[in-house]
Amino acid sequence: MTVHTTSPQFKQNATRALHDVQLQKALNNVKQGFIDKRQAAADKLPEFEALRDSARDIKNHTLEHLDLYLEAYEAKVKASGGHVHFARNADEAREIILKICREAGAKTVTKGKSMISEEIGINHYLEANGITPVETDLGEYIIQLRNELPSHIIAPAVHLNASQVEQDFRRVHTHLDAKRDLSEPVQLLTEARAVLRERFLAADVGITGANFLVAETGTSIIVTNEGNGDLTQILPKTHVVLASIEKLVPTLEDVSQLLRVLARSATGQEMSVYTTFSTGPRRPGDADGPENYHVVLIDNGRSSMLGTSFEEMLRCIRCGACMNHCPVYHAVGGHAYGWVYPGPMGAVLTPSLIGVDKAGHLPNASTFCGRCESVCPVRIPLPKLMRHWREREFERHLTPASVRSGLNLWGFFAKRPALYRFATRAAMATLGFAGRRRGRFSWLPLAKGWTKHRDFPAPQGETFQARWQRERSRRTA
Amino acid sequence: MSALPSSRPGTPRVGLFVTCLVDLMRPSVGFAAVKLLEDAGCIVEAPVQTCCGQPAYNSGDRGTTRDLAMRMIETFQGFDYVVAPSGSCAGMIRKHYPELFEEDPNWRAKASALAAKTFELTSFLVDVLGVTHVDATFQGAVTYHDSCSGLRELGVKTQPRLLLSGVKGLTLVEMNDSDVCCGFGGTFAVKYSDISSSIVDAKAKNVEAAHAQTLLAGDLGCLMNMAGKLSRDGRPVEVRHVAEVLANMTDEPAIGLAKDAAHK
Ligand code: SF4
Repeated sequence: MTVHTTSPQFKQNATRALHDVQLQKALNNVKQGFIDKRQAAADKLPEFEALRDSARDIKNHTLEHLDLYLEAYEAKVKASGGHVHFARNADEAREIILKICREAGAKTVTKGKSMISEEIGINHYLEANGITPVETDLGEYIIQLRNELPSHIIAPAVHLNASQVEQDFRRVHTHLDAKRDLSEPVQLLTEARAVLRERFLAADVGITGANFLVAETGTSIIVTNEGNGDLTQILPKTHVVLASIEKLVPTLEDVSQLLRVLARSATGQEMSVYTTFSTGPRRPGDADGPENYHVVLIDNGRSSMLGTSFEEMLRCIRCGACMNHCPVYHAVGGHAYGWVYPGPMGAVLTPSLIGVDKAGHLPNASTFCGRCESVCPVRIPLPKLMRHWREREFERHLTPASVRSGLNLWGFFAKRPALYRFATRAAMATLGFAGRRRGRFSWLPLAKGWTKHRDFPAPQGETFQARWQRERSRRTA
Repeated sequence: MSALPSSRPGTPRVGLFVTCLVDLMRPSVGFAAVKLLEDAGCIVEAPVQTCCGQPAYNSGDRGTTRDLAMRMIETFQGFDYVVAPSGSCAGMIRKHYPELFEEDPNWRAKASALAAKTFELTSFLVDVLGVTHVDATFQGAVTYHDSCSGLRELGVKTQPRLLLSGVKGLTLVEMNDSDVCCGFGGTFAVKYSDISSSIVDAKAKNVEAAHAQTLLAGDLGCLMNMAGKLSRDGRPVEVRHVAEVLANMTDEPAIGLAKDAAHK
């Protein structure tokens, strides 16, 4: 079991999002900010396209030999004094984490930003077991106060504006002066910092995700812009790294290649502000670091993607570029997708993880415009993979009956050219005649979805093939 | 293939893949393509044809897609080139046909051969035939929308602009986000019509902000979507396929307009 999903209600979610004025304003920022910055960063680096190739190749190579690299990584972590736990699914991962927390006698746990922790719903589980989890990334902190899922994988609170955050802070930070001024974003930031600082110091366990795990050294790496990840993993006595198995990378050299495309694709930065490496617990003589170092390696559906057409999705380095460039994401935002991962990467990954019967809308809700693939730093063919889902749905008869029967009818005629010409000639003559006065229809019985929002241009009347035949026979006569 | 004119050396014999939408909705685009190709020295034939299978392909129906693809491959096998007034339909053949027959080397070879000789109209004129100028006149400011498949699957971007730059009386003004999807997406426009509408709404606003009288593009699906939105919102922009302007064949009313009627 993982977090609750509203993916089956994608259409209703989307319609609601389209009418949410505040959300629409916030989404405008996504459209404008990320795209230009990524482009500028890519333009400045002549080898950017070549780096994307090598990023793809590094991940492909790793996935091909994932078992070997997992073993090598595990051995290195152990050698550096850490512990490695394998979890087949979310349930196992949660139990392992709870056990580690209990052994540490934990009352509060600080957390760095981690999508896999959202995927396994760890916060609610810890809470239900009497342990208080505290998100320390500002966006995640806000989301936690609101009991929401992130709406973007690198900017979890991108759907909110400052006044909504102010209301949340006033609602939750009741120990502070009710009359304080929070009208400026920087005041919100300062307040969050002050509140979180106490939490950092009080925490018994720090949980972080990992952007990369290095097999060669047993190192886990996180990139952040706030530095919260460092405090999360350095201050408490116990550091737990949560990572899904596809985060593995062979060497530090490989990581440095991937880092060069990651931040540029995500935010247009050359590097994130903090890139933090951690290898095992604190050694004698180290200035800081945790006493206990645990890595929980989570499968949760990944290994069943290996060797299938969806394996390519496991290259994803979670940069968010695909959603930043997606017209559907721009229109409806992340929550409409109804689970942890939104946008094009979510449209491919979510059906793999929670089942295409639940997430079937997601790979269908795409125009296949291809902009996601054109920016993905590891060149995942996202439209192709969405189409693969549509094929699986079609095979399993999950495609809606209306679509199926429409397609069958079309296919029937398209396979019979003579009949096709005859039928289309008659249909277009009728439609052309009916629409001749205005040149368009504002309502058509079989195209209500179309004519609800736009006119349907009337056909010219005679089909091309009919006129071609007529004119050619005249020419040759 | 005895009905086809025999090819003279150096005269490419082009099979026009007219595409379903042009065949049914706006045949004048097909005739504009024929004129452009003939002016450029090609022998043009339009063999009896139906659909390339893209609607089935994008709906996950690989079986029907393969059947239709085999038919297309046979229909067009005798031509030197296959040209379509559509980036999306040409892209279907160029990029996706070979993938359809991964397990069938015989058909895969045939599909790859068809893919290699299939082109979108403006890119065929410019990239293959080396056309740099067309003899046409069109008055006013036009803006050009880059349809997604043509742009990202086939690299169609500079070719239509190069040809438009030589049209007398025409000024090309670029809109913001000309390379962003218009929200058509085939059945997407009907299945997810609310989302599609929001996407085409953003496009319509960009078109209007460019202050062009005419919107052009190379794909009729996108054009019908944008024209339908512009007319529903009462934005007075005429919408045409780029081939009509390049071929100097703009007597037919713009898309969504009636004969001798301007926008009300
Ligand atoms: S699919 Fe590609 S673009 Fe999208 S988040 Fe993953 S790596 Fe980034």
